[in-house]
Amino acid sequence: MTSFPRISLRTESLSSPSATSTVPAIQVRHLGVWYGSKQALKDVTLDVPRGQITAFIGPSGCGKSTLLRSFNRMNDLIPGARVEGEVLIEGQNIYAADVDPVAVRRHVGMVFQKPNPFPKSIYENVAWGARINGFKGNMDELVEEALRDAALWDEVKDKLKESGLSLSGGQQQRLCIARAIAIKPEIILMDEPCSALDPIATLKIEDLMRDLRGRYTIVIVTHNMQQAARVSDYTAFFTVTPDHVGYLEEFGTTHQIFTNPRSKITEDYITGRFG
Amino acid sequence: MTPLTSSSTALTPTWAPIRGARRLWDRLLGPLAFMATLLGLVVLIVLLIDVFRDGWPRLSWKFLTSFPSRKPEEAGILSALVGSVWLVSLTALFSFPLGVGAAIYLEEYAPRSRFTEFIEVNIANLAGVPSIIYGLLGLELFVRFLFPVTNGRTILSGALTMTLLVLPIIIIATREALRAVPDSLRQGGLAMGATRWQVVRDLVLPQALPGALTGTILALSRAIGETAPLITIGALTYIAYLPPFSLEALRTPFTVLPIQIFNWVSRPQAGFHQAAAAGIIVLLVVLLTMNAGAIYLRNRFQRRTV
Repeated sequence: MTSFPRISLRTESLSSPSATSTVPAIQVRHLGVWYGSKQALKDVTLDVPRGQITAFIGPSGCGKSTLLRSFNRMNDLIPGARVEGEVLIEGQNIYAADVDPVAVRRHVGMVFQKPNPFPKSIYENVAWGARINGFKGNMDELVEEALRDAALWDEVKDKLKESGLSLSGGQQQRLCIARAIAIKPEIILMDEPCSALDPIATLKIEDLMRDLRGRYTIVIVTHNMQQAARVSDYTAFFTVTPDHVGYLEEFGTTHQIFTNPRSKITEDYITGRFG
Repeated sequence: MTPLTSSSTALTPTWAPIRGARRLWDRLLGPLAFMATLLGLVVLIVLLIDVFRDGWPRLSWKFLTSFPSRKPEEAGILSALVGSVWLVSLTALFSFPLGVGAAIYLEEYAPRSRFTEFIEVNIANLAGVPSIIYGLLGLELFVRFLFPVTNGRTILSGALTMTLLVLPIIIIATREALRAVPDSLRQGGLAMGATRWQVVRDLVLPQALPGALTGTILALSRAIGETAPLITIGALTYIAYLPPFSLEALRTPFTVLPIQIFNWVSRPQAGFHQAAAAGIIVLLVVLLTMNAGAIYLRNRFQRRTV
C-alpha cells in the first residue's frame, strides 16, 4: 500500500474519522464570500455528508462554484477575495489563522471545468502530485492504481510516456481525476467536470463518480439538472437575491429535492420555470 | 430587381462603384509595401557586399589569432574576440538568473499593488534608457566605487555594466513568456497541494523557458554590439595579451570587437580599414551564431515540454 507522510492541516496530528463515520465531511457555518466589495455568497450553513456525492445546482451567478472553491481555499488566489464564517473539515476550520492552504489542498482534490492536464507525460501527470507531496512508495504501482480507479488504465497503459495533452477531452478529464485521486484526498471537488465533454464522455465520468462513491466524498457543481439527478445522493440548490448575492435556498436528498421540494423557488427551477 | 451596375433610384441607397481612386489605391499599395520591404533588404545586402569586398581577403586564421599591431598588415582581432566572449559569457551568467528571478517574482509572487506597478513602469522605462547612461552609471558604481572588487576598468566592470543594460530586456521577455502560460495550469498544480514554488519550477517555468532563453540571447546579441557604455567605463583599444584562464581574468583590462573595429576605422591607413571590415565579418558571424543558438534552444525546449 501507499505511504504518505502524515500531514494534518495544523501542525499537531489529529485522529481522522474513517469513511464510514457519520461526522459530515465538510461543515459549512454561516459562510459569506466577497470579491472586493461585491458579496458573492451569503450565510451558507450546510453539512456535506461523508462518502456521498453531493451536487450543487442553481442559476449562473448563484455562488455554487464560489462555495466549491472555498472548500480548498482556491478563492485565496483571487485578489480581493474575502471569507467570513467557517468551513470545517475533520472538525478544523480551514480558514483558521494557523491553517496552511497548501495542506488543505493536499486533502481536498479538485477537478476543473476544462480538462487541464499538465504538459507532461501521462505517467508524470499522475506521479507529479505524489512526488511533490513526498510520496515514498512504489510510484509505478501508485500510477497504475490511480489510472485503474479513474477507468483510464486500459486506454493508456501502452502509452504512458506520451503527452497527457495527446488524449481526447474525456480521457484528459479522467486523467485529471486520476491525478487527483493519486494523492489520496478525502474529498474531491468537481467544478462542472463534464461541461466541455460530449455525452458519451460525460456518461463515462458519471460512471466513474459512482465507482468512487463511498471511498471519497464528492462534491460536484453542475448546470445539468439531469446529471445532478443521475449521480448525486444529496443536492443543494442555490439561487440569487434580487441584488445578485448567492445563497443556499434548499438542501436535501436528491430524491427529495427533485420529487418533493419544500421551496417554491426550488420547484420552479427544477421544473424549468425559471433559471 | 435592379442590375448590379445601375445607379440608384431615389429609394435605394447609392454605393460608389469599385473603380477610380478606390481601385487605384488597392493596386498601388501592394507594390509600395513590397518596395518598403525591399529597401531594408537592399541596404543590408549593399552593406554586406561592401564589407565582404574589403574584409574577406584580410580574413585568415592569422587575423583571428594575432594581437593588434601598429602595422596594419599584422594587426589581428584575437584580444578583442576573446574579450567579447568573456564579456558576453559573464553578462549571461549574471543577467539570466537575475532577470528570470525578477520576472518570476513580478509575475508569480508579487501582489497587485501600487508598489509593483511602480516597479513595472520603471523596468519598462529602463529598457529604453540610452546605453551611454548605463556607461556613466557603470563608471561611477563599478569602476570607481567598487574598485576593490572590480579592480577598475576590467572585464568584471564591463560585464556588470552590460548586465544592467540587458536586465530590463530579459525581465520583460521572461514576463511575457510567463504570462503566456495558461492560468489553468497553475490552478491545477496548486489544487494538488503544491507550493507556489513547486508549481513555478515544475509546471510554469518549463513552459516559459524557451521564451526566456530567446529573450536573453537576443538581449545578449545587443550587448555584444554595444560600444558606447564600454568606452565610457574605459575599455582599452590596444590589448596585446590574453586574460589568464582563471578568476583573476575578471580583474584584467579588456577590449571588445566593436571597440577594436571603431579604433581601426578611425585610423588613416587603408590597411586598418580592411582589418576593420574583416573585424565586422567576425562580429557578424558571432552575432549570427548566437541568434542561431537562440533558435536551436527554443526548438529544443519546445520539443522537450511535450
